[in-house]
Amino acid sequence: MKFLRRFLIRLSNFATRRSGDQRLQDELAEHLALQIEENLSAGMAPAEARRQARLKLGAPEAIREDHHGEQSLPFVENLFQDLRLAVRMLLRSPGFSLIVIATMALGVGATTAIYSVIDATLLHPLPYPNPSELVRIEANLPGVGAHDVGISIPELRDLQNSGVFQNVSLCYFGTNNLTGSAQPAAIASKSVSPSYFAVLGVDPELGRTFDPHDATPGFNLEVVIGDGLWKRAFGADPHILGKSLRLDNDVFHVVGVMPASFRDQGQTSDERSTDLWAAAGFSGDPAPPPMRGTRFQFETIARLQPGLSPQAAQGRLDALVASLKKQYPADYPPQAEWTIHLTPLAETLVGNVRQSLILLSCAVGLVLLISCVNVANLLLARASARGREMAVRQALGAARTRLVRQLLTESLLLFVLGGITGFAVLFCARKFLLQFVPESLPRHNDISISWGVLAFAIVVSVAAGTVFGLVPAWLTSRLDLTATLRQEGRGSHGSRQRSRLRHVLVIGELALSLVLMVAASLLLRSFWDLFKVQLGFNPTRVMTVETRLPNPNDPSTDIYRTATQESVFLREALRRIQTLPGVEETAVGDRAAIPLGHGQNDRRTFPLFREGLEAQSSQPPLIDTSIVSPEYFHVLGMTLLRGRLFADQDLEATPLVAVINQAAARMYWPGKDGKGEDPVGKRVRLLGRLGLRRPDATTIVGVIADARTESLADAGIPKIYLDIYQRPAKTLAFFLRGPVDPAAISAQVRTQIQSVDAALPVIRVETLGEVLSSSLSVRRFSMEMVTLFAATALLLAGLGIYGTISYLVHEQSREIAIRLALGAQRRDILKMVLRQGLTLAAAGAGVGLVGALIVPHFMASLLYGVSPYDLSTLAGVTAVLTAVALAASYTPALRAMRLDPITTLHSD
Amino acid sequence: MKEKPDVLQGTLALMVLKTLDVLGPQHGYGIARRVEQISGDLLAVNQGTLYPLLLKLEHEGSIASQWGASENNRRARFYRLTEAGRKQLQAETRDWEQTAAIIARFFDVKAEDLT
Repeated sequence: MKFLRRFLIRLSNFATRRSGDQRLQDELAEHLALQIEENLSAGMAPAEARRQARLKLGAPEAIREDHHGEQSLPFVENLFQDLRLAVRMLLRSPGFSLIVIATMALGVGATTAIYSVIDATLLHPLPYPNPSELVRIEANLPGVGAHDVGISIPELRDLQNSGVFQNVSLCYFGTNNLTGSAQPAAIASKSVSPSYFAVLGVDPELGRTFDPHDATPGFNLEVVIGDGLWKRAFGADPHILGKSLRLDNDVFHVVGVMPASFRDQGQTSDERSTDLWAAAGFSGDPAPPPMRGTRFQFETIARLQPGLSPQAAQGRLDALVASLKKQYPADYPPQAEWTIHLTPLAETLVGNVRQSLILLSCAVGLVLLISCVNVANLLLARASARGREMAVRQALGAARTRLVRQLLTESLLLFVLGGITGFAVLFCARKFLLQFVPESLPRHNDISISWGVLAFAIVVSVAAGTVFGLVPAWLTSRLDLTATLRQEGRGSHGSRQRSRLRHVLVIGELALSLVLMVAASLLLRSFWDLFKVQLGFNPTRVMTVETRLPNPNDPSTDIYRTATQESVFLREALRRIQTLPGVEETAVGDRAAIPLGHGQNDRRTFPLFREGLEAQSSQPPLIDTSIVSPEYFHVLGMTLLRGRLFADQDLEATPLVAVINQAAARMYWPGKDGKGEDPVGKRVRLLGRLGLRRPDATTIVGVIADARTESLADAGIPKIYLDIYQRPAKTLAFFLRGPVDPAAISAQVRTQIQSVDAALPVIRVETLGEVLSSSLSVRRFSMEMVTLFAATALLLAGLGIYGTISYLVHEQSREIAIRLALGAQRRDILKMVLRQGLTLAAAGAGVGLVGALIVPHFMASLLYGVSPYDLSTLAGVTAVLTAVALAASYTPALRAMRLDPITTLHSD
Repeated sequence: MKEKPDVLQGTLALMVLKTLDVLGPQHGYGIARRVEQISGDLLAVNQGTLYPLLLKLEHEGSIASQWGASENNRRARFYRLTEAGRKQLQAETRDWEQTAAIIARFFDVKAEDLT
């Protein structure tokens, strides 16, 4: 209290510039008068009385200073004084200030930009209350190498009753056909357990969400819709609650609308823009009866009990798993080693971009460091120019700490101005810059330039300014007074220490930019290699048009229930699309058949039972599966190696057939001697989730060459293809090859499809080239960013070396002039200066190469087809760096060469 | 001449408060004199240092000041103890006595007491 009162009074005195000086003077005069009177009455002579009184009082100036210090806030006063002086200094050398501010704006702006991305994605990936309680539950069967096999309804109930979780929910992302409005639309929707919103902990804007205790076995015919759908399809109707809508021919009622700020959780951007949620118990139609062995390959998310750490929860789950294994030995064979694993939900969402983002933040950190080093270097250079000023101020009695404070204020002002400029540029260009951020980044839409980001920018500039301003300030204020003052007009020579530090800084800068350039070139080469990789299929002139057949809750009302029923539609649609202008060939498949065009959600994997190898109860490997029409392989240009492809005579009634790729043949039919046996003619069963209801024996009829349809980076992912005329699929993709007009094709295909079935939507039209390119988007983003940073670093390093060499030339101008006067060849002078530049570059490259051998090791997983220690890359980057160093030294070298000895020597 | 011990700021503040408590309102010179007298000339105040301290105590609200007439009818600034200052003095006196008692006990200790 006392302290606060005192502070406030001083603050108000400071603000109103109220001075207590007059009062003090009066008091002191009175004090002296009284003392003199007393001294006189004690019998002193008048002069002596005055002298003694003065002595007893003490030095009046010191008292005044103390009194003023108590009256006001001297620290703040000095700060303002320093700031005023700093602004004057800054305006006096506008060129210098501009360069420093621009350099820092670059460094801080880039750092802040990356921070804003990381802030939204890595630091706050889940926009829900208490996000640390949210976990993803995964069941694994490590014994048979099966990962994330899903959980069954009885297992879900066991988890819900375990006491570990507040709520557990299944969720399955898919699409629903919304009919009834002018144009049938495909809605990104999720089928979820009724507890889904309770798990996330969010409330609707209107109405309610699902009752977590709803026990309806199938769909409860209630839906919650997103704000986007509400505005788009219902014109933001305030009376939407209770209204019905038709999804896949079933009638649902809207019970709630989510707020506009709500974004669903999920690993793909499609999933995160889910617009409709339907609740189901997953234990009745359309789901199979709840059996312990019937696992749904859905995602399972849960909210932990408050205060329970994921580790502790995992411990309790391990105990639960052990007791369940004992209770149901038939469902959990010991060799499968069934386990349940918890992962914090935030981690699963950023998983694959985390590395790229960490790489980016490291790269941008280096850029920031380089710009700071550059500025420190400039400050040091100016230090020598201000040597006399410092010497004079010190001679007049300024304490060294006071000088350091003044210099630090100046550099802090420059750094903060730079930071604010960087932020301002970022803020103005945010719309433009956000285009470059790939949409597949989690929370892509939530990236914003907010107050938090501004605070970050300022904190970074202040920290950088303190660290990189302190050393130059310290070195500037440290000087030999007499020597500096005696150097009269000669232009002071920088201290040895300062110039050594400057060299170290430039070498460090060069080394850092070399590391960045190596990282960038490795990423560039990986990207290029991936881009140029042998795909194994031909994407040119192929378009995909997606549609979707309804999947009503009651299978008996499904008009596309059997393959025969569906094939009538497919053949007619294909025949009509074939007639469109430009279309040469057509095929159809499910969505998983689009090469590289599917995220995690559409990757269909099925347990593969090989006849004679796996018994029905044991745990089979999972295999990627696509359902395609016979023409698919030809349209995509895939090569048949053995056996045959699908043919027109393969129908629902005839024996089921499948085609596998070579990787599958190699992996699952390795033969006894490891050379491989012919899989053609072997029989397999595929057992699976919803949709694939015929676990009948399927004969492998052909083997095709491997193609990179699942991942660009991996050619050898086993894959099995099934015939769409034998196994119906709901999500469909028509493949069109030929010189079609991409702008018109969407409407043309829609007309054709809807003339067969008017209730079908056209979801998406893309060329395979676009699909391919977007599958590389995160890689491209980090590659482009790191390359940009590396270029910036190179530019800054070039500026740094230019500044240092210019300064060296300036410092040595007398020496050079004398050499010239004594008959040195101008060419020798040029060589001498260039040699200085090269020495710095060589030292920088040497240090940088050591870094370049360590750093890329950490990014090995982001590389493709190029070793982190690629010699040609290292050599090339070193050559570029040397060239830049030479170019940057050339101008000062020329200046040195053209020096006129007479003027130079006279000017001193 | 042996240097007289410097008066610690905190102690001086306490002395000022006590002086004002005992003698009522005083001007700066008066306070300086009293402190000097009471401390038996042991603490010769570098009297000027009193004024920044008086300002500090005033900022803290322990004392208040106003212009008045001195004994020989000249304008002088008079300081008086406020209610808050009185409380502070009491509290600090208690603290001092406690500390002094502890130190006194400590000095009285003989070796046999500690066994």
